[in-house]
This record gives sequence, structure tokens and C-alpha cells, in this order.
Amino acid sequence: MKTVELVTLLATGAGAVQPNQAARRFAAAAGWSVLGAALLMIALLGPRHDLANAVLLPMFWVKFGFVACLAVAGLLAALRLSRPGQRLAWVPTALAAPVIAIWLLAVLVLAQADPVQRTVLFFGATWDSCPFLIALLSVPGFAAAILAMKGLAPTRLRPAGAAAGLLSGALGALVYSVHCPELGAPFIGFWYLLGMLIPTTVGALLGPRLLRW
Amino acid sequence: MQDTGRLNAGEQRLRNLLLRGLAGDEPAYHAFLQELSTHLRAFLRKRLARLPDEVEDLVQESLLAIHNQRHTYDAGYPLTAWIHAIAKYKLIDLLRRRAKRDLLTDPLDEEFSLEYAAETEAADARRDLAKLLAQLPDRQRLPIVHMKLEGLSVAQTARLTGMSESAVKVGVHRGLKALAAMISGDA
Repeated sequence: MKTVELVTLLATGAGAVQPNQAARRFAAAAGWSVLGAALLMIALLGPRHDLANAVLLPMFWVKFGFVACLAVAGLLAALRLSRPGQRLAWVPTALAAPVIAIWLLAVLVLAQADPVQRTVLFFGATWDSCPFLIALLSVPGFAAAILAMKGLAPTRLRPAGAAAGLLSGALGALVYSVHCPELGAPFIGFWYLLGMLIPTTVGALLGPRLLRW
Repeated sequence: MQDTGRLNAGEQRLRNLLLRGLAGDEPAYHAFLQELSTHLRAFLRKRLARLPDEVEDLVQESLLAIHNQRHTYDAGYPLTAWIHAIAKYKLIDLLRRRAKRDLLTDPLDEEFSLEYAAETEAADARRDLAKLLAQLPDRQRLPIVHMKLEGLSVAQTARLTGMSESAVKVGVHRGLKALAAMISGDA
């Protein structure tokens, strides 16, 4: 087939294309992620018993805000990495900002705390399950984000897979925070981050295989 | 300065054609792809100087990829960055496929094939898309043949094949994707 023939073939009956498909796909994926994580959380863990009181505590919202900021930054990264030729520009800064903020807060809290209390603040009561449960809750979101990305055209597959993983991890952590009893900044800055980094790493590792087109 | 001015004017015209095409203006889309193929040929020839015989195949592969992924163009971003990112992705894919194949075959072949010089005008692609098209299942091949080669409408194609209109549209869409996948899969 000559190239001019291919051009005619492709153009014939090409029709109109729906605009904003990347945003639509990721909005749907985020919805499925939260729904899937919420169903898993309710089925396996249940919300924390004192949720009604917890929502009155500022630290509950600091934790929620930290994770939500990472979810938004992950979404922006995923959107850009899904479309050819778009630079990340300031997105890495948006990713780093909430992490640095929670670390500063953690340092402040640890510095002010009684030395014996420091281990408790860091490990909490659930350090050994928190990262794995966050990773578990991110599984439906991981599938949804990868599918959304597959319908677009990522050209840097490793970072793209990582962004999809981070998005699902952050949304999983967002839902997990409704169950989680921990409120210490040192705990959140380490164990929550670790939990979100599990799907991020998986995404980076599997990206080249899953996202190739 | 003059050069960038000319480039911007070219980009602007190409972008307008694409945006009109994405809105459903078929002649504009045809003109876009036509100009795009010239642009791609120059872009890839520069980067495939050592493999001139691959250029036209890769032009076609990139055209197919750009068509299949045309919904990922964001009007807020420069068009050339988008086109070049897709063409480069396909170029790297080709080089990777060749590297894998060369591990299995005699790499010395390459030295001799360098004797063949690239033609200056559009050479024929060595890969025959028509043959690949023939390998698609009927539910994808028939919609492509009727709609894209014979120029029938969705409704006419649906009547002719006994498929529903949405199945015809899906068949074209999936068929072109399958075609692109077949190209990436072979070597």
C-alpha cells in the first residue's frame, strides 16, 4: 500500500473525535478506584469506630489533605504522561511539596515530643499492616488507572506506569484513612508514603510491559 | 528568526487542519495527514540515515499510530511536540525490534544493505498493509474495506454486512488498532 493510499484510507469516514478524552478517562478511573477501595475497606476492615470524633480532629484532615494532594499531583502526572509530547514541568514540585510539608511537621512533632514517646509516634500501633493494606486497597485503582492510560498514548512507559501506580496508591490511602486509627505526622510521613510507593514501584516495573502500544 | 517564523506558520496551518479534522471536517483531516506524511518522512529520514529502506514503512506506521491516537492531542500544547513524541516512540520501537532480530540473524547483512541508497521521493513501503488488512477477522476487515476503502457510510456498511452501526464503528476502530499491533509485533 502506498502512503497516499494509506492517508486516504485513514481520512475516509474518520468522523469527529470527542474532546477531553484523557480527563474523562481518568475521572472515570478515579471514580472506580475510590469505589473499589471503599468496597474492599468496608468488606475487610470497616471504618474506625470513633470516626465521628476523629473527623473533628485537625490531624485527621492534615492526613487526608496530605494524601489528597498526592492524589491530585499523581493525577496531573498521569494525565501528562498519557499524552505524547507533554512535559511534566512543575508536576514533580507538586509531588514533592506535600511530602516535604508532612516531613517538616513530623520533625516538629518529634522534636517537641518526650524522647520515650518518639518511637510510639513513629511506629504507632499499626505500622506493620498499614503499608500493605494501602497497597491492597489500591489494587482496583491500579487496574482502572492502567486501563485508562492504555486508552491514551503514553510514550515514557516507566514514569507513566509509576504515575498510574501513585494515583491508585494515593486514592487507596485516602480510603484507608477512614479506617486507620493513626494520626501522628511521623507515622503518616513514613508508613503512608511507603504504602503509596508500593503500587508506584509496581507501576514503574510493569509499565513498559502493560502500557506498550 | 525567519526560520522559526516559517516553522510556526507551518505548525499553525497543520494544527488548524488537525483541529478541523478532529471536529469532523474530513477534507481538512485528509490534508493534515497528507502534509503530515511529508513532515514525517523528512523527520524520520534524518534519524534513520543508516536504514533508508525502513523510512517509508515507519512513515506509514507513524501515520497509523497518530491516526489511532488522535484523541490524545491537546489543543493547548504544541502540535510538533506531539507528532515528534509519537514518531520517536515508533522509531525506538523499530530499533528495538531490529536489535532483537539481529541477535538471531547474521548482523553482517546490515553492512551490505547499506549499499542501497534512499530515494529522494516517497519510496514504496516494503511492508504491504493491504496484506496485513487481509489477515484481520471479518468483523474488523469488512467495516474497514467498505467504509475506509470504498468510502461507504456507517449506515450503508451496516446494511451491507448485517452488523449494527455501533459494531461497524467499533470494527473500524479496533481493526486499525489491530493493524498497528500487527506491525509492532512483526519484525
